[in-house]
Amino acid sequence: MVDSVLSVFQGSRQESVLFRSRWLLVAMLGIVLLILLRDTLPDWATTPPDSWTGNLPLPFLVFGDGFLPTLSIKASSVAGWFNDIVHFLRNHEIFDLFTFRDVTRGVAGLIVWPLNFSEDLLISGFSDWGIPPIPWVITAALAGILGWYLGGWGLGLLAGSCIVYFAVFGKWKLAMTTLSLVLVTAPIAIFLGLLLGIFAINWRLFEKALWPILNLMQSLPHFGYLIPIVVFVGLGHKAGAIATILFALPPMAKITILGLRSVSEEVLEAGVMAGCTSQQMLWRVRIPAARPTLMVGVNQVIMQCLAMVVISAFIGARGLGIDLLFRLQTLQLGRALESGIAIVLMAVALDRLSQALSEKEPVRKPEGRFWTVHPHMTAAGLAVVVGGVLAYLVPEAAALPREMTVTFAPQWDVLIKAIVSALFEPLSFIRDYMPPYVLIPIRGFFEQLPWTVFLGAVTLAGWLLGGWRLAAPSAAYIGFIVLSGWWTAAMVTTYLVFVAVVICVIFGFPIGVWASRRDGRTRAVAFLCDTLQTFPSFIYLIPVIMLFQVGTISQIMAIVVYASIPVVRYTYVGLRAVPHDIVEAAISSGCTPSQILWKVRMPLAFPEIMLGLNQTIMFGLFMVMIAGFIGGNYDLAREIFKAKAQNDAGLGLLLALCVAFLGLTADRLILAWANRRKAQLGLA
Amino acid sequence: MAEPVILCRGLWKVFGPEPAEFLARHGSNPSSEDFQETGHIGAVQDANLDVQPGEILVIMGLSGSGKSTVVRCLSRLVEPTAGQVLFQGTDLLKATDKELIEIRRHKMGMVFQNFALLPHRTVIDNVAFPLEVQGVDRAKRHDRASEIIELVGLKGREGYYPRELSGGQQQRVGISRSLAVEPDVWFLDEPFSALDPLIRREMQDEFLRLQNLLHKTIIFITHDFDEAIRLADRIAIMYEGRIVQLGTAEELVTKPATDYVRAFTRGIPKAKLLTVASVMGPPEEGQGDGPTVKDDQLIGDVAGLVIGQDKPVAVMDTSGTLVGSLTRGQVVDVLFTDGS
Repeated sequence: MVDSVLSVFQGSRQESVLFRSRWLLVAMLGIVLLILLRDTLPDWATTPPDSWTGNLPLPFLVFGDGFLPTLSIKASSVAGWFNDIVHFLRNHEIFDLFTFRDVTRGVAGLIVWPLNFSEDLLISGFSDWGIPPIPWVITAALAGILGWYLGGWGLGLLAGSCIVYFAVFGKWKLAMTTLSLVLVTAPIAIFLGLLLGIFAINWRLFEKALWPILNLMQSLPHFGYLIPIVVFVGLGHKAGAIATILFALPPMAKITILGLRSVSEEVLEAGVMAGCTSQQMLWRVRIPAARPTLMVGVNQVIMQCLAMVVISAFIGARGLGIDLLFRLQTLQLGRALESGIAIVLMAVALDRLSQALSEKEPVRKPEGRFWTVHPHMTAAGLAVVVGGVLAYLVPEAAALPREMTVTFAPQWDVLIKAIVSALFEPLSFIRDYMPPYVLIPIRGFFEQLPWTVFLGAVTLAGWLLGGWRLAAPSAAYIGFIVLSGWWTAAMVTTYLVFVAVVICVIFGFPIGVWASRRDGRTRAVAFLCDTLQTFPSFIYLIPVIMLFQVGTISQIMAIVVYASIPVVRYTYVGLRAVPHDIVEAAISSGCTPSQILWKVRMPLAFPEIMLGLNQTIMFGLFMVMIAGFIGGNYDLAREIFKAKAQNDAGLGLLLALCVAFLGLTADRLILAWANRRKAQLGLA
Repeated sequence: MAEPVILCRGLWKVFGPEPAEFLARHGSNPSSEDFQETGHIGAVQDANLDVQPGEILVIMGLSGSGKSTVVRCLSRLVEPTAGQVLFQGTDLLKATDKELIEIRRHKMGMVFQNFALLPHRTVIDNVAFPLEVQGVDRAKRHDRASEIIELVGLKGREGYYPRELSGGQQQRVGISRSLAVEPDVWFLDEPFSALDPLIRREMQDEFLRLQNLLHKTIIFITHDFDEAIRLADRIAIMYEGRIVQLGTAEELVTKPATDYVRAFTRGIPKAKLLTVASVMGPPEEGQGDGPTVKDDQLIGDVAGLVIGQDKPVAVMDTSGTLVGSLTRGQVVDVLFTDGS
C-alpha cells in the first residue's frame, strides 16, 4: 500500500510540475484575455443593466373576485417579486380569518412564556407570588457544582467564576438575560433539529428535500434570518429568540441524521432480535446509541445560539449583545471590552460544559450513604440551603448592589489608548499603502469583472470538476445574483472576502505549518483555535475597531481575525494526518525533514488544506456581513443594513440569498475538487 | 427423525435492483453469468437446510460466502428474495410484523460478532433489555438477568458498563442477553471471531458447557474450520452463496462433495476426526491375542498403540464382537497424508 501511494506520488511530482505550469499559464492567459475582453465587450455583458434586472418576467399570484388566485406574468425586479410574497404572507387572510403573519406571531408568542419564566427565575423574581430571584451566590455555586459534576474541579471553578465575574463586574442583569435566551432557545432548537432528523431518516423523500434546504440555511448570513423575522414576528426580544432558534436548527438536524445513520448495523439487529417495536428501536436503541454524536450537535447548537443571541441585538434582543453594540457605536471601548469579556467567558464556559457533557460516560454508582452515592446532588442541596440563609441574612449575597460592583473600564480605556498610540506608527503603513496600492486596484478588477466571464468561468469549473450536475447549480447560483440586480454590490463583497482570504492564507498557512512540526506547538495552537472559535463572531469587532476605527480596512481585518482559524486548523490537521507509514517510507528513502514536508506531507495534505480554505471563505462571508456596519463600502452588507433600516424584508432576503449563493458556489466547487483529489491520492 | 425446528427450502437472497423480477426473468435459477451481466449479487442461492431440535448446526464459509445472510434470512433480519422458511412448522415469511416481534421476543436469541451491546446500559440492563421491551417489570427482569449473568460467570459485574469489560466478558454479556428470554433457537453469528485465540478457546469451552445445560437448537456461524469441528454436530459449507455440502465433520473429510470442500478440509488433522471404523480393513483370521481397539475411537487416540505393533490390531465394536482390523500402514496414512 505504501509503495503504491509513493509511486502515485512520484508520478504526481513530475505531473505536478506540468500541472502547475499548465494551470499557471491558463490563469495568466485568462486574466490577459479578461482585460482585453472587458473593453471589447458591450456594456450589457459587463454589468447586468437595470433595464433587465428591473423588468424580469416573473409570475405573480393575483387575487381577484374569485376564490382562487390567477397567475399572471408581470415585469418586476426580483426584490419586487420577493416583496410581493412577503406582502401576500403579511396581508392575505387565509379563509378571510387570519394571515400567515398572524400565525407566525402567534407561534412566536409562545416563546414569551419560557423566556419570562427563566428571566424571573434568574433576574427579577416572580413578583406575583412574592418569590425572589435566585441569589447570585446560589447561581454561582450551582454553576460550579454542574461544572464539577460534568468535568471535575477545574471546570467547576471555571463555571463558578464566570458567574462571579458577571455579578462583580456589574453585568449581572445583562449576562443573565443573554444566558436565559440561550437556555430557552438551545433546547427548542435541539428538540426541533432532533425531530427533523428523525423524520428524515424515516422518509427518504423528506430527507432529499430537507438536505438542500439545510445547506442553504447554513450559508445564509445572520441577517438573512433577522430581517424576515422582523416582518413576521416584529422587533424585540422574542424576535431575537425566534431568529436564534431558526439559525441554530440546521446543524442539529444534520448531525441527528448523520448520528442516527452511524449506529452500527449489529446494534440495530440486536434491537430487532430483542423484539423491539419501531418506537422502541428509535427511543431505546438508535437514539441512545447515537448519543455521543448527538451531543456534538448539542454543543454546536449551544454555541450557535450564543453567537446569534448576541447578533440579535440588531433587532432588539436584550442582554450583553445590545450593550456591546451600544458601546461600540458610541466608541466606549473600555466598557465594550468588559462586555466582550463577559460574552467570551460565557462562550468558553458553555462550550466546555457542553463538551464535558458530550464526553461524559455513564459511571458505576458507588455504594454507601446518600452523599457518597450522590455527592453532587448533596452539594447542590447544601449550596441552596447555605446560599439561601446567607442571602436572607446578608442582602449583598442575594443581589450585589451597584456600588459594590467593579469596573476597570477607565483603566481599560487608558490601556487601549496606549496600545493604539503605540501601534499607530507601525500600522500607518497598512493604512497609508493598502488602499491605493492593493485595495483600489483589486476592487476595480472585481467591480469591472464582466458577469458573462464570471458566469462562464464558474460554469466551466463546475463542468470540469463534476460534470453538469455541478455546473448546473453553480451556474444557477451565479445566474441568480446576475438577475437579482445587485451584481456590482455582490462583486464588491467578493472583493472584500477575496482580499481577506488571501491575507488569512498568508498568515494562517505558515502558522499551521509551524504548528504541525512539534506536538507541543500543535497542542498550543489547537487550544488557541478551539478557544477562539467559541467566541461569537461579533466579539472580533472590538479589537478591530480599537486598532483601525471604521472603514474598509476594519471590515477586512475583522474578517481576517475571524476567518483565519480554519486555515490554521486544517493546515496542521492535514499535515499531521498523513499516514505514518508513508512518512516512515519517506524517512527510510532518505528524505530530509524539509523534503518530507514539501514532497510528502504537503501534497497529501493539500486537499484537506483546501477544505480549510473553503471554511475560511464561508466564515469570511458571514463576517463580511456582520462587519458591514463598520465598513461603508457599496457592498451587500451595507445594502442589507439599509434594507433592515427600511424594514424591506424582500430586499433583505434577496441580498442574504446572494451571499448564500456566493458561498454555496465556492463551497461546492472546492469540495468537488478536494474530494476528487483525495480519491486520486487514495485518501478518501 | 424429529420435526426440524427450522426448515428452509430454495432460499434466495439477491441484492441489486428489482431482485424478485431478476429471479423470475431467469427462471428462478440464474447462472453466474446472469448475475455478472446485470451486476446483481446472489448472496444466498438456493439454500436448503433443516435444523434438528437440540443440534448444533455450524454454517461455515469464508467472508462473502453468504453465511451471515443465510442466518439473517432465517430470522428475517434480512428479507429473502424467494424460498420458504418454516420455523417450528409456521411459515416465517408470511408472518406479520407483529407476529415476528412476538417470535423474536420469545423464541429466538442472537449473539453478534462485535457483541452489539448498548453502550449506555449496564451489564444487567443490557441482559434484561429483551425482557424490558416485552414489558416485564423491573424486579422480575433483574432477577432473571442476574440468574443468567451468574450462569455465564459474570457475577459481581452487574453494575459495569460494556466499555469497562474485556472482549471475552462483553461477549458473555451478549450471550446472556440472547438467552434472557429462554429462546428455542439460538443464533450465533461468528461470536468468537473478534476475540484473541486463547480467549476464543476458553469461550468455546464455555459455550459447550452452556449447551450441555440448556440443550438449545443452535445455528452457529464461523469462518474457522477448527472451531466448526470442535462444536458442530453437523456442518454446512458455503461457497459463493451456495451450500455446497451439509454433513458431519467426518463426512466432509472422507466424502467431500466438491473440490472446494476437499481443498478446505485438506489441512485438517484427520487423526482427530476419523474413527477407527472409517479406516479399518476387514477382520483377519486368528486375531485372538494381542491388544484390541474399539471401532468408535479416534485414530489419533489409538495411533501410538497400533504403530507399536508388527501385526494388524483387531477392532471390536461396543458389544465386543470382532468387526475389523487396523494396520500400521492405515494409521500412518491418516497421520501423514494431507488427504489429496
